Formats: sequence, structure tokens, C-alpha cells
Amino acid sequence: MKYLNLFTLLLVSIAVKAESVQMAETMRSEGKIYVVIAVLAIILLGLIVYLITIDKKLGKLEKEINN
Amino acid sequence: MRHWWKALAIILLLYTLIAGLLIPVPKQVILYESIRNLYFHVPMWFTMIFLFFMSVINSVKNLSSNNLTHDTKAKELVNAGIVFGVLGIITGSIWAKYTWGAWWVNDVKLNGSAITMLIYLAYVVLRGSLEDEQKRARISAVYNIFAFVLLLVFIGILPRVTDSLHPGNGGNPGFNNYDLDDNMKLVFYPAVLGWILLGWWIASIRIRISNLSQKLEA
Repeated sequence: MKYLNLFTLLLVSIAVKAESVQMAETMRSEGKIYVVIAVLAIILLGLIVYLITIDKKLGKLEKEINN
Repeated sequence: MRHWWKALAIILLLYTLIAGLLIPVPKQVILYESIRNLYFHVPMWFTMIFLFFMSVINSVKNLSSNNLTHDTKAKELVNAGIVFGVLGIITGSIWAKYTWGAWWVNDVKLNGSAITMLIYLAYVVLRGSLEDEQKRARISAVYNIFAFVLLLVFIGILPRVTDSLHPGNGGNPGFNNYDLDDNMKLVFYPAVLGWILLGWWIASIRIRISNLSQKLEA
């Protein structure tokens, strides 16, 4: 029973903490916006690398067919 | 270094992404941080219009020279442009949901851009229905000119003469009046150039593939 009370108290304190979080501010002050930037940058770079390989493959094919 | 513009596209897009999320933006009610969508949603349309414009130039060239390479370019530029138009509509719809309150509102610019997309889809259908190469090139070139004029009317003119929720249209002041401050211009203009270059890159790959397959068929 004692432990249950303690556990409830813990849950409540977490919930209270969560409510007081200011999204955009926190993302900056805790630097988490950089996580989003990292994810987006990797997706963008991945797609660009993919585009470059397609471009190169096509270049090879053009050389083969045109000769 | 004939690929310099591709490198420029990559640098500009990376810059857009990083600076677009980090550089401070004007504090606006309703918009809040979503104002940053300006760097991503709007360039989709600029890129689409650029690709369609290059396409119509090639259509005119085709009509005056009867050279089928212009026809191939016109076709693939439209194909790539449609992709950016679809991305523009989807991103706009998400933005509209969280600022105007609905996925789709009866705004002249929204309906105009939807009609424009249908007009260009009809271009693709029209091409598919014509067998003869020369005939297809000429008819679709004439249609393409007609389509671009309608694009200018639906996206460029009508939203400006009637009321629109979009900034810069109807009685609505443009971003460049007071919202688009110097910080935002610092990201927005490079963003537009970066996305246009990416669109041009994708279109050029499509053109080269199309040229190759024509060569193999011949």
C-alpha cells in the first residue's frame, strides 16, 4: 500500500511536469530542435545521394547506348 | 564542372532546412512556428510554375521547328512539374488544417490550383491518347500553351482580384509587406532557388531517360 501511494505520487508528479512544458521553447532551450534538423538533413541527403546515383547510372547507360 | 548547379541545389536545400528551422521568425498569432512552412510549401509552387514555364517554351519551340526533342522536353517538364504541384497541394492542405481550420477551404487559390492540376493531368491523358508522334507533338504543344495561360489566370490573376485567404491576394496583404521580414527573406529566396534547381535536376533526368528509350525504340 505504501509503495502504491508512492507510485501514484510519482505518476502525478510526472503528469504535472509534463503539463508545464512549453513546446517550442523547450525544444530550443534543451536543444532538441537539432534532433529534428539532423533527421530531416539525413532524409534530404539520403534522397540527394539517391538522385546522384540515378544520375550517374543514367550517364553510364547513355555512354553505352550512344557508342 | 558542368554539374556545379547540382551542387548549388544541394547546398541551398541544406541551408534552407537548417536555417529555415533555426533562424528566428516574426511572432504571429494563428501561424506561430508554422510560418516556417513558407520555406517549403511556397517553393513547391514556384518550382511547378518554373517547370511548366520551361515546358511551354519547349512547346513553342516545337511548333516553330517541328523538332521532336523539344516535344520530349515539354512532356517531361510537365511530368516533373505535376509532382511538385501535388506536393504543394498536400503541404498546403496540412498547413490549412492547422491555421484556417480545415483540410480544404473554399478559397480561390486552392480551387484554382486544383483546377490547374487537373488541366495538366489532362495534358498527360491527351498525349496518351494520340498515336502519331508528329500529331501528338503539335496538338499537345497547342494544348500546353492553352494550359499555361489558364495557370496564369487561376493561380496568378483570379486570386488577386477576388478575396483569398492567401497572403498577397484579394484584400490580404502579402508576406512581403510586413510579415516577411529580412530574416525570412534570407532563407526564402535561397529556398526558392534551391527547390527550382532540384526540380530542374529531376526533370533533366526524366528527359534523358525519355531520350534513351526513344533511341532504343528507333
